[in-house]
Amino acid sequence: MDQREQDFLEYVQGGGQVEAGDWMPDEYRTRLRKFIEMHGNSELMGVLPEREWILRAPTLQRKLALTAKVQDEVGHAQLIYRVVEDLGKPRDECFDDLISGKSKFHNVFHYPTKTWGDVGVIAWLVDAAAIISQKALLKCSYAPYARIMKKICWEESFHILHGRDVILTLMNGTDDQRELVQEALNRWWGPLMQFHGNPIPADQDPMLVWRIKSQGNDEARQQFLDGYVPQIWELGLTVPDRALRQDEQTRRWQYTEPDWDELKSVVTGHGPKTEDRLDLRRQARENSAWVRSVLLAA
Amino acid sequence: MGALGPPRSLIYEVFRQERKGQAFQHAGSIEAADERFAESYAREQYGRRGESQALWVVARSSILQIDEFVDELNRNYHRVDGYPLKEKLKEARERAGTSRPAVADR
Amino acid sequence: MPARADLLLQIADDELILGWRDSEWTGIAPFLEEDVAFSSIAQNEVGHARALYELAARELGTTADELAFDRQPEEYRCSALVELRLPEWERTIARHVLYEQADAERLERLKASDDAEVAGLAAKIDREEVYHRLHAQMWEERLKEEPRFLSALEELRPLVDRRAAHSPALAELWDAMTSVRRSQPAGTRW
Repeated sequence: MDQREQDFLEYVQGGGQVEAGDWMPDEYRTRLRKFIEMHGNSELMGVLPEREWILRAPTLQRKLALTAKVQDEVGHAQLIYRVVEDLGKPRDECFDDLISGKSKFHNVFHYPTKTWGDVGVIAWLVDAAAIISQKALLKCSYAPYARIMKKICWEESFHILHGRDVILTLMNGTDDQRELVQEALNRWWGPLMQFHGNPIPADQDPMLVWRIKSQGNDEARQQFLDGYVPQIWELGLTVPDRALRQDEQTRRWQYTEPDWDELKSVVTGHGPKTEDRLDLRRQARENSAWVRSVLLAA
Repeated sequence: MGALGPPRSLIYEVFRQERKGQAFQHAGSIEAADERFAESYAREQYGRRGESQALWVVARSSILQIDEFVDELNRNYHRVDGYPLKEKLKEARERAGTSRPAVADR
Repeated sequence: MPARADLLLQIADDELILGWRDSEWTGIAPFLEEDVAFSSIAQNEVGHARALYELAARELGTTADELAFDRQPEEYRCSALVELRLPEWERTIARHVLYEQADAERLERLKASDDAEVAGLAAKIDREEVYHRLHAQMWEERLKEEPRFLSALEELRPLVDRRAAHSPALAELWDAMTSVRRSQPAGTRW
């Protein structure tokens, strides 16, 4: 690392932030852009499991809330891809790489949503896991990203409440409805535990070293368990992991080691719904290519 | 979904006013084919929750950025740090035989 | 069925089914900014339907959700225009343009109603529809020379006020719309 890079590293480690036009080390720019791009991809792919249920929402209120939630996610994708574009990679290229499988998106969006129970569990727990990650980006050394994270976190606040409302209504309902929740939880627990990624020592995590994010993977997972296992248990739901417990002294959660092979396989494009969903994106994009041409021509 | 290509790509910067009396702050940017689309999109992206009192939507190409300022000769005469008064005040008090002010200093 | 409730249901059903169709674009619209904008339109439409159902529901002794979901497909009073599934952007915009024109005229009549509640609600809805109209006009301006848009207008114009028999598209939509609700006894909370 040369002196200029060293100075930059010390600057960001001291809490300094940079803007789009500032000089940054190549390594920083590359890692940063890849990280942010994956986030944008995840928001964009995240709408697909949920939008199937917009059509099937069982009350007008749920219909509106779910549509608004998915709309927010599209809005977040827009914010994020604009940041990536200002870092030098146009939106079209991002979509090319997403659809071809060259770039990635988060594991949870590669799985099917089978019931209305999934809709509740996703909004309650998957979004909660995501918000923990997102809060760790609020002080990102790259200021444009930190700024959009503020808007994103603020908008996500209603998503969790909506999720909790759906779940509580189901848990207070019929036996069948309670079963919907438990069954969905059983399926989503594995992906949830993998969501924050495998443990990486702080000094070996480039995201932490460059102050792109302020929390390590394991810490994020512990925070998730701290916040949400009690919420799960208090409703009489069970978590499908017999080893899950909180150490009385250290207050750290112990659990069955998540399946890191599954995580790797899924994010490299082998999830149960990966191909279908990328296909849908590709189709939607092809079908609307003429619209973009028409708008360009004027 | 794609960007409007580089040659005719129109990026609009959006500034929002949270409450009356507050300054407009930069909120983000959108891509749009023209002003009509920009207005529609800015309204939804930055105001669908009624979270903004008002928005300014400006083509990025209309914004003039200035980020280099020159002060080679340290012009401190029009800044507060150009007026270190502690020593002079100490000297003046000693001359007047007053070591402490009768009333608290401003 | 009282005349007022009947009229309200006709408009509510139009807005509900159109809003349901328009919401199908959330997440897959031609580009991101448009996706966000069009989703707001869809949500507004469902919101209008809800307000109209609530007004009718009071008169009929039921609830907005029951009116929206718990009738049989034949009982909906929506027009042939709104019930079609239109996965092509030019047809969706053509419908949007045609519907907004017809709806504007309908709202003008309602705003002049002797019934204060109906007139009041119509005025509120109309104020929101201003933005829908601007959006429709904005797109029409851009697409007015596109052959596929022009043929979509021609295809859909006759359906604007056709309210006789429903197409199979409505039954399909109703099936999907009500499947979760029908999985549990009536009155179950969701």
